[in-house]
Amino acid sequence: MKKISSYKNKILTLLALLIFIGIIHFLEINKSQYSYQISILERSAIYAVVAVSMNLLTGFTGLFSLGQAGFMAIGAYVTAILTIPVDKRASVYYVNGISPAIADSNCPFWLALIIAGLAAAATAALIGIPVLRLKSDYLAIATLGFSEIIRAVIAAPQLDTITNGSYGLKSIPGFPNLYVTFGLCALCIFLMILLIHSSYGRAFKALREDETAAQAMGLNLFRYKELSFVISSFFTGVGGGLLAMFMRSIDSKTFSISLTYDILLIVVLGGIGSVTGSVLGSFLVTAGREWLRFFDNPLSIGGVEIPLFRSGFRMVIFSILLMAVVLFYRRGIMGSNEFTWDGLGRLIVSIPRRLADSIRRVTGKKRKEHRHNDNE
Amino acid sequence: MSLTTFLQHCLTGISLGGAYALIAIGYTLVYGILRLINFAHGDIFMMAGYFMIFAMSSFPWFIAVPVVLLATVLLGIVIEKVAYRPLRTAPRMSAMISAIGVSYLLQNLATYLFTALPKGYPEIPFLKKIFRIGGLSASLVTFLTPVLTLIIVYVLMVLINKTKIGMAMRAVSRDYDTAALMGIKINHVITFTFAVGSLLAAVGSLLYFTDRMTVFPFSGSLPGLKCFVAAVFGGIGSIPGAVIGGFILGLGETALVAMGYSTFSDAFTFVLLIIILLIKPTGLFGEKITDKV
Amino acid sequence: MTTNKDNAAANVLHMQDITMQFGGVVAVNGLSLDVNEGEIVALIGPNGAGKTTAFNCVTGIYEPTYGQVGFMGETILSNTPKGKMQKTYLGDTSPHPIPVVRNTPDVITKKGIARTFQNIRLFGQLSVFDNVLIAKHMRARQNVFSATLRLNHQEEARMRGETMALLKEQKLDHLKDEIASSLPYGLQRRLEIARALATQPRLLLLDEPAAGMNPQETQELTDFINEIRDSYHLTVFMIEHHMDLVMQISDRIYVLDFGKLIAHGTPAEIQNNERVIEAYLGVSDDA
Repeated sequence: MKKISSYKNKILTLLALLIFIGIIHFLEINKSQYSYQISILERSAIYAVVAVSMNLLTGFTGLFSLGQAGFMAIGAYVTAILTIPVDKRASVYYVNGISPAIADSNCPFWLALIIAGLAAAATAALIGIPVLRLKSDYLAIATLGFSEIIRAVIAAPQLDTITNGSYGLKSIPGFPNLYVTFGLCALCIFLMILLIHSSYGRAFKALREDETAAQAMGLNLFRYKELSFVISSFFTGVGGGLLAMFMRSIDSKTFSISLTYDILLIVVLGGIGSVTGSVLGSFLVTAGREWLRFFDNPLSIGGVEIPLFRSGFRMVIFSILLMAVVLFYRRGIMGSNEFTWDGLGRLIVSIPRRLADSIRRVTGKKRKEHRHNDNE
Repeated sequence: MSLTTFLQHCLTGISLGGAYALIAIGYTLVYGILRLINFAHGDIFMMAGYFMIFAMSSFPWFIAVPVVLLATVLLGIVIEKVAYRPLRTAPRMSAMISAIGVSYLLQNLATYLFTALPKGYPEIPFLKKIFRIGGLSASLVTFLTPVLTLIIVYVLMVLINKTKIGMAMRAVSRDYDTAALMGIKINHVITFTFAVGSLLAAVGSLLYFTDRMTVFPFSGSLPGLKCFVAAVFGGIGSIPGAVIGGFILGLGETALVAMGYSTFSDAFTFVLLIIILLIKPTGLFGEKITDKV
Repeated sequence: MTTNKDNAAANVLHMQDITMQFGGVVAVNGLSLDVNEGEIVALIGPNGAGKTTAFNCVTGIYEPTYGQVGFMGETILSNTPKGKMQKTYLGDTSPHPIPVVRNTPDVITKKGIARTFQNIRLFGQLSVFDNVLIAKHMRARQNVFSATLRLNHQEEARMRGETMALLKEQKLDHLKDEIASSLPYGLQRRLEIARALATQPRLLLLDEPAAGMNPQETQELTDFINEIRDSYHLTVFMIEHHMDLVMQISDRIYVLDFGKLIAHGTPAEIQNNERVIEAYLGVSDDA
């Protein structure tokens, strides 16, 4: 029985993958027509990578870190420095000139992304040594602090010839095509999923459940915390690099604490401890933000101007929705569960029943149902 | 640098430090009782700034100031009731995330209501009057801030140590569950703590923005974070610690700006944080707690 | 004080003058004891006597203020008061300068000492299977890359196979997919012991394994401990309050009171020891 169902799972997954590739192909061909939607999807995919990496650290290993923006900044700047075409560099660094050390450094984007990830990972390895022995609240604040320090360093005038200070970096080449964008994002997420389901993933979960017991099971606390931190930061750095390629121009303001908060809220919405949740949450939040733009423009129904609808209202609605999730749906959409075809099947099958329940509740017919159940 | 200039900078530093100290106390009070980092505290401080702008446009200053204080206290109490109380039994991470959510909401609300453009902070005329003492010249508010801070801290210490509610606060921060079992009305104590913290934030905001002259929706987030660091530096849960932390922070920042490293003045705060977390994580005046296995 | 049988048995655990001081309180004071191969040795005493603290000194959770712990002939922990502690040291044994040896708990587990905890510490949200499987991780030949890229399938298969076998032996295999925290208390204890066994220890430390059990469960546990001692070739060192379990199963007993060793001997000797009766056992009911 098990063999058949896993066979079925594999077929369904393959089918979904083909549909997915088909959609990308369609979008690639009609790029100019759907450029708005495509940019939303690309941003969602990139945020999904960072969200999953944050979940790896927070949801699976239990380390509450708020340093994501800093590592993304490192990844973004390294990628930018290594990929801006050499001939364009003079115009980018027009104010202060470019440091000779990096003037000619150039490499293909995929290599730049790997180096970006490694740079972020190396920074994490260093930061981890003092920071990982702190208790959860202090860990959050310390990583937040480091994120701001990184940002200050990047914006410092002393490093103008490398980071271009407050002018930021532009003319970053974009993705050659959509396959690359989504392919890279999917690859990153896939690798993280493999890690989570491996023996090391189990070790991380043990750490989250009970540190003392994990130690008693032979897991060196610092080594495994550091491992999780470094790996998570690697992918966060790659995510930052992907973001740089998506945005084409970056500056230190892009990587403020708000970016970390955005990712955190995606993780919370999707469910701490669920990769599926983080991916779903990323698309929901990014698309939702755009859809909520509806609230930003004045609205009149039948000639009557509805008050409240003006610029900024969308973010207020968004914040309220997020507070609602935090207060009432603490476990997020997926809780700590992952996607399974069976689960999806059960969900679809239960929709008529859920609808009927809601209708009955509204029309007050529920009482009848209860009496029925008592008689059984 | 001449002595006068040096003293001038010291004065600026102490004044800034005083404002920071008042806000830091708010953090330390809430953390002491709830073990919660109230990320929204800095934004309450920011909202107090906006309240002042609107109050001053309708009332003379001696009515506007109490209105602002009251409004800020109400804001703090409402936030506690709506966003933190329901999560009191939830894991700590949830409460922290809620605080981040409230901070986010306040910032977006301010952007929506008041636009992202900086708004001019109203002047209370006599506060901006320049005084000269010796060779030092500064506005009254600059002289007033540290003095006011110390008075407020003294009153607070008397409150905490000599009154019944103060004892209740100390009991709850020591051992939440036992305090509840002893019949202390936890909700009242917590509400009171938030009220005091918000009041201090409002006063701090008055002193801070009078010198700054503009308010914008994000003017609370960075000072808020810095003041939290000041509280951690001094020992979270300790009021004298928060005060000392605030002054050290104010002086350090002013020193950096005076020496020409203004871009690092923000990062300075975090370097301070990292240092204290490495050397003495419980802060200058904090207590060590051992975990029982 | 050792029985004839033990003269030939190798020493597994040796604690020498272990003293543990927290601030002004001396929790364990000059404790010396031995556990030899194949024995079941019990550590008893009133609450607060320092028994769990002693355990924690053996497994590396605490660094003893003074003293040495030897395991299978190797010194695994050793410390002497330093700095401020030199002046505030309150232990009975005066400290000799000895080399400092430090090991974190995970290293000590790898050397072959496993333990259970007074308050069960399972990985609550994980399945029964995963709880035991994690114990296999530390001895697996793999690194994070080979594990992620699934190049380690031999090791993974071996770990899973061993876990399944252990669960079958412990009669927990039918529960393998249950969430650990959903198990009834008695089974949680069994699982915790099974998990400790999965680390392939030579010495098993049990901290109040019968806590919260009724007489029947306690008897089952007693038989269980005997059984695993034989089938897994273990040495067992346990803290326990249930005297029927202790007297039935122990080869030797150490008695701790206020951090000091007040008696040591066979169950019969201990039952008749006046100091022990006074401090702990109460008037004997010919139990």
